[in-house]
Amino acid sequence: MLRVSVVKRRPGFTLAAAFAAPTPGVIGLFGRSGSGKSTLIDTIAGLLPPDEGEVQLAASVLTDTRSGIAVPPERRRIGYVFQDSRLFPHLSVAGNLRYGEKRARSIFHYIRFEELLELLGLGPLLERRPHELSGGERQRVALGRALLSQPQLLLLDEPLASLDLARREEVLPYLERLRDWLSIPMVYVSHQFEEVLRLATYLVLLENGRVLAAGPVGEMSLRPELRTVLAPDLVGAVLDGLVTAVDAAGGTVELAVGSGRLQVSLRDVAAGARVRVQLLARDIILATQPVHSLSVRNALRGTVVEITPEEAASVLVRVDVGGPVLLARITEAARRALGLSPGDAVWVLVKAVSTRGHAFRLFGAPARAS
Amino acid sequence: MTSVELDALRLSLEVAARSVAFSLPPAVVVAWILTRARFPGRMLFDAFVHLPLVLPPVAVGYALLLLLGARAPLGAWLRAHFGIQLPFTTAGAALATAVMTFPLMVRAMRLSLEGIDAGLEAAARTLGAGPLDRFFSITLPLMLPGILAGAVTAFAAGLGEFGAVITFAANIPGVTRTLPLALYTAMQSPDGEAVALRLAILSFTLGLTGLLAVELLVRGVRRRLGR
Repeated sequence: MLRVSVVKRRPGFTLAAAFAAPTPGVIGLFGRSGSGKSTLIDTIAGLLPPDEGEVQLAASVLTDTRSGIAVPPERRRIGYVFQDSRLFPHLSVAGNLRYGEKRARSIFHYIRFEELLELLGLGPLLERRPHELSGGERQRVALGRALLSQPQLLLLDEPLASLDLARREEVLPYLERLRDWLSIPMVYVSHQFEEVLRLATYLVLLENGRVLAAGPVGEMSLRPELRTVLAPDLVGAVLDGLVTAVDAAGGTVELAVGSGRLQVSLRDVAAGARVRVQLLARDIILATQPVHSLSVRNALRGTVVEITPEEAASVLVRVDVGGPVLLARITEAARRALGLSPGDAVWVLVKAVSTRGHAFRLFGAPARAS
Repeated sequence: MTSVELDALRLSLEVAARSVAFSLPPAVVVAWILTRARFPGRMLFDAFVHLPLVLPPVAVGYALLLLLGARAPLGAWLRAHFGIQLPFTTAGAALATAVMTFPLMVRAMRLSLEGIDAGLEAAARTLGAGPLDRFFSITLPLMLPGILAGAVTAFAAGLGEFGAVITFAANIPGVTRTLPLALYTAMQSPDGEAVALRLAILSFTLGLTGLLAVELLVRGVRRRLGR
């Protein structure tokens, strides 16, 4: 468990944030720029002392202003991957990697140098200098350097923000591997929902220096607070499901979702794998009767739970599909035409391809851990 | 070269080298304090460090005499306890030179220190490096171009220090008569014109070599750091 409750006053801005998130797992700190995300993780790292409050990781109290505890960053065993990588320019890649490892010598090494080289594909870069690396390579080295210091918590402050789209795709799979292979707790800061969706197991939503809401990603995807931060087109339920069948030729897999089955565009996964999908509210169609002769592959039976008016003459409909809950956006006119109200039975139609790009593998990652 | 010229050249090199050795460690510390530390009176301290740049060198030499002269309290104490005598000695000439070139050295180091991202030191902290460890493993190596530039600039400037040296250490042949003092002496003597010209050319050459050396050194180190 990572417990954070801090107050930091700065001219024109006050951070007053508190959350307690399960570990191991990836805690996504999500919010707009200027919402206080970086300030918050600097207080976790100990680089910025809070005016009041405490930081506690598992059984160890790292900061407690009331009893005067302030463990210095160099003794916290918290790895930090900065947005601007901050590799030491006078050292080679190997020198950078060894920097933290050397200083962790009294600690049990759960990540060995050779293993890490393989995990992050750093072998060919060892002799290079930081200025000879691409942006994506730099971030991988920074990641490796932080991990070799054998941290008990890894902080990542928008590690992909300075990279273009292609480079991001170069680094993201490595982050997923770390999450799935090493059960090291991480705090991942981002203002890109896509990244949070792909990596996080727990979501802390930050706005104006305060925690708006916090919880497991699936639950959070349904919360109205998230919609105040997220672009309307990105709103949609996030579901974790098991792959029940694979159609390799068609490039789709079948997921068990509640009482129904869902076809999702996804390659290279085997039956039994855990997969996360986001079903965007704008891509979901509601019908009051079973529909035949349509190209849509997915039809789930459900019950309307709640209807929330939105701006722009549309409504957001929550539909329970036998356990999981989905969000569908329809126009107010359509709602009236269908005569939808809470308690009604509906058919939820989802195009298989509409979930592409939002299907993620989650191998060993616990969605809810202790 | 005549023995007078050789003596003056040897003495100038010795005085400049010793002055750099004197001032290098404190200059690193002062540069660090002026860039990284925040404390009341910082501006005053900054001004005090730079004072020799704007004071008449003779005034600096005179101040040293008042402080370290044979009858001054600090001078007497040094002599009584350590047998150190500074006025009218080569060591004294080196000290006077060190005081005069100190701000040049601090300036060069400060420039390079200001170019170092404080975030690198923060990164080193999160990797388990304590304050001294950080200074020696990160800050000092990254300051290296500045330290080299400062040392060579101070050395080159030290070769030519006149006012402070002649005031504090006098003009003793073979002891404190460095190049500029020998040049001055030659100019004062009726038939010294040829000697003066040769000494002046020697000074020019040394100065130019020194400045070129700074440029090349700094370039080399920067290239290694990829900046």
